[in-house]
Amino acid sequence: MQNEKVTVTVNGTRYERVVEPRRLASDFIRHDLFLTGTHVGCEHGTCGCCNILLNGETVRSCLLFAVQLDGAEVRTIEGLGTIDEMHPVQEAFMENQGLQCGFCTPGMLLSAVELLENNPDANLDDIRSAVSSNLCRCTGYQSIVESVVAAAEKMRGGER
Amino acid sequence: MKHYIPPSKRRAPPADNLRWIGKSMNRVEDPRLLTGYGKFADDIDVPNMAHAAVLRSPYAHARIVSVDKRAAQALPGVIVVMSGADMAEVTEALPSFASPPVVQRCVAHHRVRHVGEAVCAVVAENRYIAEDACDLIEVEYEELPVVVDPEAAITMTGDAVLHPDRGDTNVGLARKLDFGPVEADFAAASLIVKRHLRWPRGGGQPLETAGALATFDPGTGKYEIYANTQMYTYIGWTVARALGVPSKQVNIIPTLSGGSFGAKVFTHKIIVLAAALARASGRPVKFLEDRIDDTTSCDSHGSDRIYDAELALQSDGTMTSLRFRVVDDYGAYFQYGVGHHGNAMAQATGPYRLNSFGIDLIAVLTNKCQIGAYRGFGSEVTNWVMERMVDAAVDELGADPVEFRRQNLIQPDQFPYIIPTGNCYDSGNYQAVLEKALEMSDYYGWRKKQAEASKEGRYVGIGITTCQERSVYNSTEWWMFNLEPGFNLSSTPESVAMSMDPTGTLFITLYAPFTGNSPETVATQVAAEQLQMDPADIVVNYGNSDGCLASVGPSGSRVTVMTAGAVVGAATQLREKLLRVAGHMMSRDPQELELRDGRVGVKDDSGGEERTLEEVATFVHYFRLSMPDDPAFDSGLDAICVYDHPFTTLPSEDRSDLGIFYPFMGHMVHIPVVEVDIETGEVHFLDYTAVHDCGTMVNPKSVDGQIRGGTVNGIGTALYEHFHYDENGQLVNATFADYLLPGVMEGPVEIRVGHVETPSPYTEYGIKGAGEGGRMGAPSAVTQAVEDALRPLGVKIDELPITPNRLRALIRKAEESGSG
Repeated sequence: MQNEKVTVTVNGTRYERVVEPRRLASDFIRHDLFLTGTHVGCEHGTCGCCNILLNGETVRSCLLFAVQLDGAEVRTIEGLGTIDEMHPVQEAFMENQGLQCGFCTPGMLLSAVELLENNPDANLDDIRSAVSSNLCRCTGYQSIVESVVAAAEKMRGGER
Repeated sequence: MKHYIPPSKRRAPPADNLRWIGKSMNRVEDPRLLTGYGKFADDIDVPNMAHAAVLRSPYAHARIVSVDKRAAQALPGVIVVMSGADMAEVTEALPSFASPPVVQRCVAHHRVRHVGEAVCAVVAENRYIAEDACDLIEVEYEELPVVVDPEAAITMTGDAVLHPDRGDTNVGLARKLDFGPVEADFAAASLIVKRHLRWPRGGGQPLETAGALATFDPGTGKYEIYANTQMYTYIGWTVARALGVPSKQVNIIPTLSGGSFGAKVFTHKIIVLAAALARASGRPVKFLEDRIDDTTSCDSHGSDRIYDAELALQSDGTMTSLRFRVVDDYGAYFQYGVGHHGNAMAQATGPYRLNSFGIDLIAVLTNKCQIGAYRGFGSEVTNWVMERMVDAAVDELGADPVEFRRQNLIQPDQFPYIIPTGNCYDSGNYQAVLEKALEMSDYYGWRKKQAEASKEGRYVGIGITTCQERSVYNSTEWWMFNLEPGFNLSSTPESVAMSMDPTGTLFITLYAPFTGNSPETVATQVAAEQLQMDPADIVVNYGNSDGCLASVGPSGSRVTVMTAGAVVGAATQLREKLLRVAGHMMSRDPQELELRDGRVGVKDDSGGEERTLEEVATFVHYFRLSMPDDPAFDSGLDAICVYDHPFTTLPSEDRSDLGIFYPFMGHMVHIPVVEVDIETGEVHFLDYTAVHDCGTMVNPKSVDGQIRGGTVNGIGTALYEHFHYDENGQLVNATFADYLLPGVMEGPVEIRVGHVETPSPYTEYGIKGAGEGGRMGAPSAVTQAVEDALRPLGVKIDELPITPNRLRALIRKAEESGSG
């Protein structure tokens, strides 16, 4: 099969690359764009470590081909915030120790961002429902849920 | 018998006025993890790197008749294809703690012994091509009898024997040991409770699989290997041995590890494979397990055991002895020997005052993935067995589960307490933990609610178990069951190197990698406490195996205690030098000085003359000739501390006494409240309380995280997780779609965590380990809660996991026998 050209905007940067049609989006992001914050845990769409925001919606990048990103706007963990200027979700996870090994964390953060950008008033059930799309083997989830609750408050500007 | 109890070697006692220890500061590790810049095994690339894939056995047990690599080798982009025979020419057997060893190779040679075992490895320009090439390899197998049932394995012979070089048997090791007067205690018992119990094979299954990136430099003859492994200094040299080179030719560089729970203690298969392929291909080679590689051929399947247990009691409800026969299904290899059972001897009799204990162990080899390490390392199983037996006794006596436990618990004034196996429990206050848990959970309130629910036809159950969490092992646990261990090692140290640069920044090098715990935060908090400096001025790095400071790394809930010990030792040296140099600078006796707030000042004179750490550090780095001509004033601020296990003794020759080997004894009471839907068999949590005593806590929020995470692991063990091998030895649930890890909806909404802090008298600051407790307590408690919910039906639970299917079968059976 012919290689295909992919034009994609990731975290605000436009990339043009030629890829094999079978190249997975997760491998493309990690190994062609060198954005290794997107992790791969199960390779079959179960764990959510490889979540990216594709045109604003979380998708499993291990279940997509790179060519399917053509023309899309993608956000990955690297596009959220920096260590000096964290996104409120990152800050909240830091303060609530919503992570241990950090491997599921990028996918978890993107699930949280998707939820809170679409539903700033998300309640506990909404938050648990969003977190239920991702697996974490370390935390038992409670500190993750607490982090997302705290992030929601931060993003609402501390209002309640 | 009189036991020798060594004296405490502690330098830093627990105290109420500690500034950094006990503070839930943000973790030092987190900024890079939260922004996507943590470097895990697959996040490291080197120029000219190639990628490996592995062809795995579809058969559980077969001879490899022939391997045809030609089509694979001809595929464009393929660099090297290596069969087991090729690999055997350039690698030795993998290290094993078993004696005599069970020969295991990174690629199977002559024979495959489980589904998923490596048969060939391919290096190609990318992973896609490498996997394509695997599909082109033709392997001819001759099937052999498959050993799946562990009881049947005991008597199988001939072609069904996995490792004929060890004799015509699949029994890897059998040993019967009695500790104390077991026979007499059973003879004198007024009640003997018996149960047949089954613990299922689960696994840690961290979300990051094992991986390695190896480079061979022909100019130096040296391998440089990035890997997410743990024991890279302790037994890193065994990788060199497996590669057939001296240890100077291998440097292992740890990456961050995306969870371990025991899974990545060794990973030698992966490391040796990648290194051998790198040399053969002349290219740096990365091999990262995919999920199926990992589930079928990892180092982390957990214990898989069948127990026939007996508990002896006196007429007043005093437990006197526990004994059991246990058959443990070790799978195809014997990496850790029966270390898991050594481990369990640390707390075989739980928190109770038993007089004797007996074990009849039969470890069998079967055609399954080998048993490795999973959070608890075997002790979580004996916790479950002990508590199941206690529950059974409570049932048969018609006793109260709380009162019965209270009656049998070790009393606070009995510590240090030697249990029948010889291990010592350093300290504890089990009554305080129990009372706190009862109060926090509103246990008696729940009993009332349970009664009300029962009237409404609902099945609500309450579990209450009292469990041990041993921490900080000595390596004697790996061989104590073997009377001819071959290599009876007894050192289990941890080291740090510590330097302060001319700006007053403290650099600490650890030899225990990050696996999701927080070694950098621990080292930072302890060093900040020791040197009374700002944690922001402390940098923690990880050493390579070339640094070769003696360290074991994270396992057995040891690394916080041991790292703290090493940091205290190194910081003590650094403090002495800082005060000495500052004393010279200030014309003061160092005895008059103290460290405070990043400065050196005069004791009891807070407004007086001070020097900043930076001033002192600059001085000692750059002004050698302004100081006395004495080695004590040599340039620089550097210290190394190798911290040995602070409280341990050897097993006796005859193993009637296993010695003190796992003494810093945490304790917990877990009280889950569940509701069972008897129509579907679903178990739903209404409440969960976990009160733990792990001594002094360094970072309470991190400890809470360990407890909650471990508890949900334990809930997975109790309710969901089981690697299921069918009668042909096929692992039928090898994906995460089929092997059910708990998600957020499967656990309680909140696990309420409480603490009692009984400091260890033997460790720095009184810290005990806390890494495994949740998983060691939850299975017993959840089992009891489910059984309690179904008490009206008379359901007894002897086997985990309590899946809806299994529970429905038990309920159906109970209803049938009830109506019949």
